[in-house]
Amino acid sequence: MAALINVPAKAKRGDIIEIRTLTSHIMETGFRHTADGKLVPRDIITSFTCRYNGTEIFRADLFPAIAANPYLSFFTVAKESGKFEFEWIGDNGYSSTASASITVE
Amino acid sequence: MPTTRRQFLSLAGGVTAAGTVPIVTLRPLEATPAMLNTAIRNVVGEAQIRTGRVKLDIPPLVENGNTVPMTVSVASPMTADDYVKSIHVFNEKNPQPNIGNFYLNPFSGRAQVSTRIRLADTQKVVAIARLSDDTFWQVMADVVVTLAACTEEMN
Amino acid sequence: MIVWRAIAAAILLVTGPALLAGEIPPDARRSGYSFMGPDTRAMQDDDTSNPGMLFVLDGEALWGKKMGDAGKACADCHGDARSSMRSVAARYPAFDKTLARPVTLDQRINLCRANHQQATPLPYESRDLLALSAYVAHQSRGIPITAGDDPQLKPFVDQGRDLFMQREGQLNLACTNCHDDNFDKRLAGAPVTQAQPTGYPLYRLEWQTLGSIERRLRSCMSGVRAQAYDYGSPELVALELYLMSRARGLPMETPAVRP
Repeated sequence: MAALINVPAKAKRGDIIEIRTLTSHIMETGFRHTADGKLVPRDIITSFTCRYNGTEIFRADLFPAIAANPYLSFFTVAKESGKFEFEWIGDNGYSSTASASITVE
Repeated sequence: MPTTRRQFLSLAGGVTAAGTVPIVTLRPLEATPAMLNTAIRNVVGEAQIRTGRVKLDIPPLVENGNTVPMTVSVASPMTADDYVKSIHVFNEKNPQPNIGNFYLNPFSGRAQVSTRIRLADTQKVVAIARLSDDTFWQVMADVVVTLAACTEEMN
Repeated sequence: MIVWRAIAAAILLVTGPALLAGEIPPDARRSGYSFMGPDTRAMQDDDTSNPGMLFVLDGEALWGKKMGDAGKACADCHGDARSSMRSVAARYPAFDKTLARPVTLDQRINLCRANHQQATPLPYESRDLLALSAYVAHQSRGIPITAGDDPQLKPFVDQGRDLFMQREGQLNLACTNCHDDNFDKRLAGAPVTQAQPTGYPLYRLEWQTLGSIERRLRSCMSGVRAQAYDYGSPELVALELYLMSRARGLPMETPAVRP
C-alpha cells in the first residue's frame, strides 16, 4: 500500500517546514451495514506518529470521522539534516511506515 | 394515553411533509450534544474553555460529507514557554463525537494541522486547543453538508 | 430519499419545453473540474494531496512486477510507461481488430494479462485493475482526448450516442436530459455537470476511493432507477466510447478528484 510523503528536500536551519502525508487506508467506520444488514466491522488507523532523527515531533489519534486514505499536514522547525520517520498504527494489527530525508544548511 | 391510528397517521404525515423519513432505531445513530459535551469534558476535565485564539478553516458548504478538508490553527508564538500542547476536534452529529487529537510541541514552529474529515450531516464542528499553561481555547463552525455521506449502497 | 425527490422534481423540470436534446458545441465543453468548489479543485491540483495518486503509485509498482505463468511484467514488453503509454488512454476505448469491437483500457489490460502474461483477469473495480489503469491513464494527463477518431469505431460511437439519448428507468430520464440540456443547474444541491469523462479512473469523495467510468455510469443508472448494464457489457463500452468522443479535445486529468 502506497503512502505519499511531502517533506522539503532542503531547508535552512530554523525554517518552519510543512510536512504532508497521505496514506492508503479504507478507514471503515464500524457504523455501516451491508445490503443484507450485517455490520461492517471497524477497521481504521488509530494512531499516527512522526519522528525527526528519533524524536517524536508530532502525533495524532484518529477516529472513524477521519476520511478514507488519511491526509495529515503539520509543521516543524528544521533543526538538522536527517530523517523523518512516519508510522501509522491501526485496528487488526495494522502497521505501516515510511520515511523521508532532509538536508538542513 | 395510547396513540390512536389517526394521531399516528397525522404525525407520520407531518414528518414526511417536512422532507424527512421516519426511521425506527434502537440506538442513537448520531452523537447527541450530550455525547459531544462528554467527549469534550474527557479532554478538558473541569477546566474553563475560552473562546478565541483558535481558527477553524472548513468550507461552510461542503460538496460531499465523506471527505471534508479542514485546517485548525492556533495563534501562539510556539516558544519553549508558550506553545500549543494539543488540538482536539469534535463533531456534533456523527455516530461518534471525536474526530482527532493532535499533539504538538515547541519545535512544531507553527500550531497548524490539516486533515480531511467525515461529516454525516449538517452540523457544528468544534476545535479546542490546550496551551502550555493548560488553558483551553475553542472555536466552533457550522458546516452545511449538501449530500449526506454514504449514499451509494455497499457492493 | 431527498435525492429521489430532487430527481422527481428534475423530471418536471426537464419535461418542459427545453426537451429536445442538443449536443454541446465543442467550444462550450467543460470538464467536471469547472463545476467543483475550490477545496475539491485544490485536492486534485496538488499531487501530494490528491488521493488518486496513491493508486497511481500502486500502479507503477504493478507495472514492473512479473505476473502470470509467463512471468512477464508490463514493463518487459512496454518499457517505461512514461513514454510508451503517453497519450494511449486519450484514445481509448480503441478498436480491437481480433475482436472486431472497441475495448476499454481495463479490458486491454486484462487482454494483455491473458495473452501475454498468462495471468487471470483482474476483476472490474479491483484495486489492482484501477491502479494499473490509473497509472497508464496518468501518462496522458494534459493530453487532449482523441477517442473515437478511428472510422471503424463509428457504429459503436453511434450506438453509444443512441444509448445516451434514450430514456430509461422508472424515472424515464436519458443521460442527455441532464448532461446536455441542464448542466449548470443543481440536483439535490449538487451541480449537474456535462458528464465529460476526462479524469477516469477518478477519486470520488463520495466513494472515498478510485472508481472507473463504468462504476459512475452504473450509479447514474441506479439513480434514474434503471437496471444497470453489467461491467464490461457492450452497452457500457459504447457509452464510454461516445462520452470520450464527445469530450474530444478536452485534456485528460487522471486521476481527477470529484465530489
